[in-house]
Amino acid sequence: MFGNGKNGSNGGQRRDGDGAIIALAGVRKVYDTGAVKVEALRKVDLSIKRNEFVAIVGPSGSGKSTLMNIIGCLDTATEGSYCLRGEEVSGMSIDRLADIRNRRIGFVFQNFNLLPQLTAFENVEMPLLFKGAPAKERRERVEALFEQVGLADRMQHRPVELSGGQMQRVAIARALACEPDIILADEPTGNLDSAAGGDIIGKFEELWAKGHTLVLITHDGTIARRTRRVVRVQDGTVVDDAPAA
Amino acid sequence: MGWKNVLRQFLRDVRSQKLRSALTLFGLIWGTTAVTLLLAFGEGLQERMIKNIRGLGDNIVICWPSQTSKPWQGLPRNRKITIKDDDIAALKREVPGMTAISGEYSAGNKKFKVGHKVIVPGLTGANPVFAAMRNLIPQQGGRYVDDLDMDERRRIVFLGDGLKQDLFGDSEAVGQYVNVNGTPFLVVGVMQAKEQDSSYQGRDKDRASIPATTFRAMYGQQEYGDFVLQVADAGKVEAAKDQVIATLAKLHRFDPTDAEAVRMWDVTENEKFMHSFMLGFRIFLGVMGVLTLVVGGIGVSNIMNVVVEERTKEIGVKMALGARQRMIVTQFVFETLLLTVVGGTIGFAISWGICAAFPAKLDKFLGTPVISLQVGALTAGLLGLIGFLAGYFPARSAARRNPVEALRL
Repeated sequence: MFGNGKNGSNGGQRRDGDGAIIALAGVRKVYDTGAVKVEALRKVDLSIKRNEFVAIVGPSGSGKSTLMNIIGCLDTATEGSYCLRGEEVSGMSIDRLADIRNRRIGFVFQNFNLLPQLTAFENVEMPLLFKGAPAKERRERVEALFEQVGLADRMQHRPVELSGGQMQRVAIARALACEPDIILADEPTGNLDSAAGGDIIGKFEELWAKGHTLVLITHDGTIARRTRRVVRVQDGTVVDDAPAA
Repeated sequence: MGWKNVLRQFLRDVRSQKLRSALTLFGLIWGTTAVTLLLAFGEGLQERMIKNIRGLGDNIVICWPSQTSKPWQGLPRNRKITIKDDDIAALKREVPGMTAISGEYSAGNKKFKVGHKVIVPGLTGANPVFAAMRNLIPQQGGRYVDDLDMDERRRIVFLGDGLKQDLFGDSEAVGQYVNVNGTPFLVVGVMQAKEQDSSYQGRDKDRASIPATTFRAMYGQQEYGDFVLQVADAGKVEAAKDQVIATLAKLHRFDPTDAEAVRMWDVTENEKFMHSFMLGFRIFLGVMGVLTLVVGGIGVSNIMNVVVEERTKEIGVKMALGARQRMIVTQFVFETLLLTVVGGTIGFAISWGICAAFPAKLDKFLGTPVISLQVGALTAGLLGLIGFLAGYFPARSAARRNPVEALRL
């Protein structure tokens, strides 16, 4: 029911008319903490096509993280419509959303979010376990991914035995495990020094070149400039949307 | 996602949280051990006490003819009532539901002499049925008084095991002679050791039996000191007792409501009391045990709550990577269940070990603790339930959370 994930990486020719893989229309998000209601997003319209490389930028508290969470199906919009690859996501059950996150979206977090008790191999294997892939397929896929991120010799290490840049590369391998349509990265270089950060962005550029769709959240202007489109968010709404300078 | 992976994850979690796992396990082991041991000791104690009561005989009533305490049909009080063979025969006819009855002659003044040893034990002159009623079971190679002994008034004697030890020491007694007031009696049997917690005229181990006919012929006594009857069904003892009094009242002309004329000791009353006492005792032990387990369970669920709370981040990551609710819940339920199974098994093993190593010489006082299957099943069921609930509820509430909330922690 989710089609073949491989279609995600070669972009373009898809049934969803204008090629938009992410389509938000009038999305509003209100946090209701009982006494106070905070409007984190108000009327956001955003469309991202296959094989775009987008940076979402804005000051802290602008709503960019909320936007990212909604795009990643980690949170649901209070109002408005969100179509992921032509499929309306709002109103889906918890388990349907879990399946969507599993197969269509790969996450890269600022603090890596690798599970410390697992080896690097097992961390990358996790999404494949949740998908229900057989053991042999899992092993081959994970090995290929480690090859791809250049850490084939670190598979049996635990996260604490890896450097920050290596951990983030493991996280990228994990994000790619189920061949998702979109890779969402939330400040992926925030906890890295500039050399490792540059290396990670290089990795993203490589993926983009291979046809992946990437959405990056950052407040770092130099990183935003290396993407192809910059969406500026402020006070819960998109204030600027332009090709990267 | 496969049991092998869940298991692997469990082992990893246990390893990464050694102290917590150890504490949880300790609680469960303690709970299981406490419950099973409490109930096992209760069971053993009950069996011991019942065995002791039964030492005297099953469902028997011992009756002593005495004196009337009320005048009756012109006859004065304080009349002596005597029981002879024809009374026993009449009771045999008139009282339904009896499996056996026997008069008993008693003497406490006969000198038993073997070599230079002289003892004056309690002596019974009894019928062959006496053996079965009063649990006087002969040791291998011996026998009790039999019908031929009765007919021929043989001079044979059956010794209690204690008495035999006193007279003969460790050497064989059967086939040897005992001089009873100068007359040699052939030893035909020695009683098997038994537990007896109540008696009249001394414990059976220190008494001797000779045929009633021999006793009568040698000592010239016609009246029985007492008689013992046995009823098949404990529920019919009361009716039999009433019928015995009614029959004897008619024969000897005394007031059937006169409680003094023939005194009775109903051994089943002890047993009835013991049964209700033990029931109460075991309910008490069971409730204590179950409460112990429940307290243990609360401990486990508390710990699981903390574990889930602590691992919310991990749950968030897994949800972000596409774990369904069921997978999250399964992991925690499985972990708690496995912990309870391991804890329960170790607890059982400890209890079993303690029961197995229980010193046999304490059996006389405490009985031997027995781990019963029902207790095991009940404890296992309770533990399983506790484990399931303790894992299920915190995990479910965590899995229902928004992944964002979980990740933010």
